[in-house]
Amino acid sequence: MNLTNALARLLLFPGLLFAVPAAWFFLWTERKAVALMQQRVGPPFMQPFFDFIKLMGKTVPRRSGRAGLLMKALPLIALASSAGAVGLLPVLPASGGFAGDLILLLALLEVPSMCMIAAGFASRSIFGEIGSAREAVMSVSYNVVFLLAIVSIAASQHSFRLETLAQLPSSPLRWLGVLAILVCLPAKLHLNPFSVPNAEQEIYAGPFTEYAGHELAMWDLAHGLEWVASTGLVATLLAPHVQIWWLSAGSFVVISFAVVLLLSVVATWTARLNIDSTVRFYWRCTLVFAVLATSFALLLRLRS
Amino acid sequence: MNLWKRLMCYSRRHSPWLFHMNSGSCNGCDIELVASISPRYDAEQLGACLQGSPRHADILCISGPVTRNSLQAIKTVYAQVCEPKAVVALGSCPASTNVFIDSRTIEGPLNKHIPVDVFVPGCPPRPDAILQGVAKAAAILAERRAKKSAAQEEQA
Repeated sequence: MNLTNALARLLLFPGLLFAVPAAWFFLWTERKAVALMQQRVGPPFMQPFFDFIKLMGKTVPRRSGRAGLLMKALPLIALASSAGAVGLLPVLPASGGFAGDLILLLALLEVPSMCMIAAGFASRSIFGEIGSAREAVMSVSYNVVFLLAIVSIAASQHSFRLETLAQLPSSPLRWLGVLAILVCLPAKLHLNPFSVPNAEQEIYAGPFTEYAGHELAMWDLAHGLEWVASTGLVATLLAPHVQIWWLSAGSFVVISFAVVLLLSVVATWTARLNIDSTVRFYWRCTLVFAVLATSFALLLRLRS
Repeated sequence: MNLWKRLMCYSRRHSPWLFHMNSGSCNGCDIELVASISPRYDAEQLGACLQGSPRHADILCISGPVTRNSLQAIKTVYAQVCEPKAVVALGSCPASTNVFIDSRTIEGPLNKHIPVDVFVPGCPPRPDAILQGVAKAAAILAERRAKKSAAQEEQA
């Protein structure tokens, strides 16, 4: 991947120029889908954009010392890493990439969650600390399944290159892996039934209780970009491999949108679980998928 | 007014985030506020949503006649809401202390202690009246800031 290609992917498509409007669109889709299922009209189309602009114009309380510095830096780090994760997705055919870019993508997807944990503790709010502790416990649980699923798909292809995985032929292993990733996405995106860390009203706003103004706007945008990156990862694994660029980009957008709708439906159907049940669900129920996928991948590897 | 300021005013009018606070209310107004975000009234059409933290809110919705115990909490929460902010007094209690008038445990009315932008009278007020109050407060929020910045420009 040369520098021009990398910059074009980071800044244009599927990077910031595409990802920021897509993030707002996905946030709106989620809210609108929930509203329609509750027989409401829901927010106007531009709502996430208005929210962002309004938050940018609000004042932020003055904070001194290292905690203040951390509270300023953490949302920006989360935003940058989510944007980087979106930029790495191999949406267009022959878009480049490098050996091991899957590992970088997984690391970048994990950074916002770690920033969120640090943010809650840095804010010194008791509710922030509870939210952060919950996020830490939950990320240990769902990441085992999430990482095992992706590693099993990668191991079956003998490659950690995203482009190779995007060209994966349809197999039971791929579907098992995608299913395991889909089960982890509500926890990764803090949606019902796993909206435990930022449990609205229950622990105020979780790790973001003390954040205001442009810092909160950055967190919201980072969350939107996380949506684009996580649904994009599923779209990358599911999209048919074609050489026509517009068809490839179109199928990426359509599949991402379908995943957003699916997650919204699940979020509306379910109520919030408590942290014990969440951890038990991931360690007892879904680990089976991941272990199956990994054993299947190992078998495939031994046979080849 | 330049484009950014106009966009900011428009966004403020269309994205009022609420924080609800009970200052000794009988719960009637609180139920009506919750009813206004239910499917029948759907406050989200105005962009309004209830927030868990006062730091995220633009509009502080206060119900109740301001009891002695809750006074300090109201002042603290009012200070925690970041500028620009507006206050909506829900019901007759914060406006006039209602049937609790002359009680020795009541410190109301609310505007003795913090500036109130919109009063929504009623015991309790209807959800559509609350929505109208919130929409008015959002408009005040946008216009106030716009006037402030215009005054600053003139001074400069």
